[in-house]
Amino acid sequence: MAQYKLVKFTLNGKEVEKMVDVRASLTDMLRNDYRMTSVKKGCEVGECGACNVLIDGECFNSCIYLAVWAEGKNIRTLEGLMSEDGELSDIQQAFIDEAAVQCGFCTPGVIMSAVEILESGRDYTDDELRKLLSGHLCRCTGYENILRAVRKTLDRRLGKVNV
Amino acid sequence: MYDIKALYEAYSVEEAINLRLLHPDAQILAGGSDVLVQIREGKRAGKELISIYTIDEIRGISLDETESIRIGSLTSFSHITKNEIVQKYINVLGEAVDMVGSPQIRNIGTIGGNTCNGVTSADSASTLFSLDALVELTGKSGKRVIPISDFYIKAGTVDIKPDEIQTAIIIPKEKYSGYQGHYIKYAMRNALDITTTGCSVNVKLSEDKKTFLDVRIAYGVAGPIPMRAKNAESFIVGKAVNDENCKEFSKEVLNDINPRDSWRASKALRQHIAVELAYRAIKECVKLSGGEM
Repeated sequence: MAQYKLVKFTLNGKEVEKMVDVRASLTDMLRNDYRMTSVKKGCEVGECGACNVLIDGECFNSCIYLAVWAEGKNIRTLEGLMSEDGELSDIQQAFIDEAAVQCGFCTPGVIMSAVEILESGRDYTDDELRKLLSGHLCRCTGYENILRAVRKTLDRRLGKVNV
Repeated sequence: MYDIKALYEAYSVEEAINLRLLHPDAQILAGGSDVLVQIREGKRAGKELISIYTIDEIRGISLDETESIRIGSLTSFSHITKNEIVQKYINVLGEAVDMVGSPQIRNIGTIGGNTCNGVTSADSASTLFSLDALVELTGKSGKRVIPISDFYIKAGTVDIKPDEIQTAIIIPKEKYSGYQGHYIKYAMRNALDITTTGCSVNVKLSEDKKTFLDVRIAYGVAGPIPMRAKNAESFIVGKAVNDENCKEFSKEVLNDINPRDSWRASKALRQHIAVELAYRAIKECVKLSGGEM
């Protein structure tokens, strides 16, 4: 018999609630119940990072996270980065400028990892950035352009280069 | 959707114990980065689950009145690495768990889940063996604390009674005070890989840094469960700190370990790696302790 539970949480700054099947992963809930289609279904075993979202400021693969665990949490997806007037955020624009997007399937997940890095407010070496981005598989770009996009956005936010 | 028969959620240790007794066939679910994947693969599909992930009382790291380090079982790997107590006293553990999976896995994976899985490749386990850690289990009649070497029974099986959950990992002061540790993970790639063989060493030198007062060395994937290399330990304790003794010590581990051939690596390769890792790890420990060779 199907088992349901009311799950209340904050999604991209807005308080939401819905009855959810307890067997659902957070990916299932975000895509099916809230139409957050930036959250991709890739490997579904926590290896590729395509479903990565921010939960209370930390990155999690939503495919191996139960939807019911979202109760009371602050969850952010790529959809939450866009400003009210529809402009892209600096990190999204950097991905375009550096050609860090090809097929785009891994992009939302990688950008959410980049958001966690950028919001930490500190600087990192390239090796540290590589390690922090290592939870994502990208079969198109070869990663160098992704690293460059994150590097440049980080440098700009830290005031190391002029905009 | 996961193929789950039923989900029971615990918000306190007491609730978890009651649920364990009420649903004896249910599988305990901590962070889920192993269990949920195995459900997806079909291995643990169709089972009842007791989710303990929401028990906040067994999350976090503290020093108790005897200055033993207490790590709540649900503490995530990334929180262990970032913790000040860990960085100050047992940095080797923070470094070891920083090699698990990927950043996202280190945010969801817990030290309790890592050890309760009973697998030899767990990156936390070899370091916990080399720290001589204790495991705290809580059941209906209260708490019991056992050495981690007794906690592991055989591959995939650990000593958790039907009414128990693991609630903490404890590292007593005498096991870390004055020691320096180093962990080396050997794997095919840096991220998202399972350890081919891992080696963790803790060393205590004499005051003049010329003698090994105590050495503890442990391996992951050198046998069916994580293990100490006791022959190597008894060889080196009391010996002078020099390159020759470290070399002999590393060869001695072959009398302790028992790796197997698997698709990941051959027995011969694992033996070769085990010797080299022991040598490099003990040398690093000497360096961290301020000794010279």
